[in-house]
Amino acid sequence: MSTGVLGTDKRGMRELGAEEKVGWDEVTHGVVLNSFEGEVSNIPQLKAEERDYADFNSYTATVASWRIIKPVYNRDVCIDCQNCWVWCPDTSIISRDKQMLGIDYDHCKGCGVCVEVCPTNPKSLLMFGENEDNDEALAGWPVKEKKEK
Amino acid sequence: MAKEFELNEVEVWDGNYAASQALRQAQIDVVAAYPITPSTPIVEGYGSYVANGYVDGEFVMVESEHGAMSGCVGAAAAGGRVATATSSQGFALMVEVLYQASGMRLPIVLTVANRALAAPLNVRGDHSDMYLGRDSGWVQLDAFNAQEAYDMTLCAFKVGEHMDVRLPVMVHQDGFTTSHKAQNVYPLKDEVAYTFIGDYVPVDDMLDFSRPVTHGAQTEEDWHYEHKAKQHKALMDSRTVIDEVFADFKKLTGREYKRVESYMMEDAEVALVLLGSSVETAILAAKQLREEEGIKVGIVAPRCFRPFPYDLVRDALEVPTLKAVCCMDKSAPGGAMGALFNEVSAAAYTTKARPMMTNYIYGLGGRDFAVDEAKRIMREQKAHADAGHITTDIQQFSGLRGPKLGFFQTRRG
Repeated sequence: MSTGVLGTDKRGMRELGAEEKVGWDEVTHGVVLNSFEGEVSNIPQLKAEERDYADFNSYTATVASWRIIKPVYNRDVCIDCQNCWVWCPDTSIISRDKQMLGIDYDHCKGCGVCVEVCPTNPKSLLMFGENEDNDEALAGWPVKEKKEK
Repeated sequence: MAKEFELNEVEVWDGNYAASQALRQAQIDVVAAYPITPSTPIVEGYGSYVANGYVDGEFVMVESEHGAMSGCVGAAAAGGRVATATSSQGFALMVEVLYQASGMRLPIVLTVANRALAAPLNVRGDHSDMYLGRDSGWVQLDAFNAQEAYDMTLCAFKVGEHMDVRLPVMVHQDGFTTSHKAQNVYPLKDEVAYTFIGDYVPVDDMLDFSRPVTHGAQTEEDWHYEHKAKQHKALMDSRTVIDEVFADFKKLTGREYKRVESYMMEDAEVALVLLGSSVETAILAAKQLREEEGIKVGIVAPRCFRPFPYDLVRDALEVPTLKAVCCMDKSAPGGAMGALFNEVSAAAYTTKARPMMTNYIYGLGGRDFAVDEAKRIMREQKAHADAGHITTDIQQFSGLRGPKLGFFQTRRG
């Protein structure tokens, strides 16, 4: 479980499947799951970390254990083009005010699409083994490739 | 506002038209439909009511019956009153989505003009499609004639939308025999019918933006079982709601319906159990046989096929004089005894009388079932009763050309 780049929100606060297992008489009607606690009115205006997500919303669950390789993000190379944010199939690129902040490691599945679409040289996102240290990965980041003449 | 449709006290309607009028009076919000014989006129009728201003609703033309029921699921999850119609192959193509509708607890109404399933291709009425739906988690009501096709369709909304039920409901009528046979039908005035059903009350509707919900979530071994158990309980508990709705309907119209209809069972020595339009044939045959030959025949007809009225079938068969019961299945049994036989026998096993139970397959692909054949089968039951044991094969075929076909014997009484 990661504290994440946004620090204090409810993202990934529980392991998937760690929820309380209630009996048949207490399960929801028709497998309907509420997205938020109580009534909401201005969800589109709120950032994810400001929303009161319900316990059964996948936002509050972490599925980090599904991943065997992970993208590592290098702020020093990134040009904030938002390509990775657009392409990520699991909304696991965290960006605020068009500035890339990092990876949502609670929901990223390690598919590598963000790396594929990154246009910088060297890339600002590269895939590493799940257990590799991010600081070490950044320390050994490749240098700019020269164009062949 | 939709225009009122002027109706006479008595109309001459076939079952399809009767069902379509009931859908109009329920002021369905969305019908997503794909045409198939013999149910097409039901949704065709609804389409014309929309086009002519008799209903404020949407007719969605789709590419298949799978699409039709999928459209219904989406519209119902969005929060609308939704219905459609189908038959046979179309029903078969819907099956996957039928399970979605019931599991998602969406009170969709599906009017079915029962028809045989291919192969061989056949457009006539038997109960293959109705049987195909029996494990799908829907309430299944069975209309024996056009009046009942109308009445059951009105009742279907009230049952399915009841807060203790919230399950989809099928209303079955026999293809052609009922769906295309014009009969006297006593309709309700539009306002009376709508008031009986009531306004649609959405539950967890997706158009409620103040409470966004996920419909159709995936559940694996840690949650699925509990949800299916809860769904089954809702279906079993719908029995009391169906009884209440039928009681309300009787107050309104004087027409009385029960989850299991019994005719002349008080002193019956032998009985036939069957479904659909054949019930009326059997009643006629039983009356004649009682007069002509003094054989005390009774008829039991489950009006509610699902939830199966185990309790009321048992009550209907708890007759001290009853000795032999024949269950008649109008669906190819596919390597088993007929489903009605199996289920009625299970209920009969718990009675004190424990009558001898036999099974007839009949009427497949619309093969006619006439009064004379019904009488022959009743006489055969009387022969079992007199002999004290089953004198024929336990499963036989009625109205079949070629050498006699039957399976299983018993030496027990």
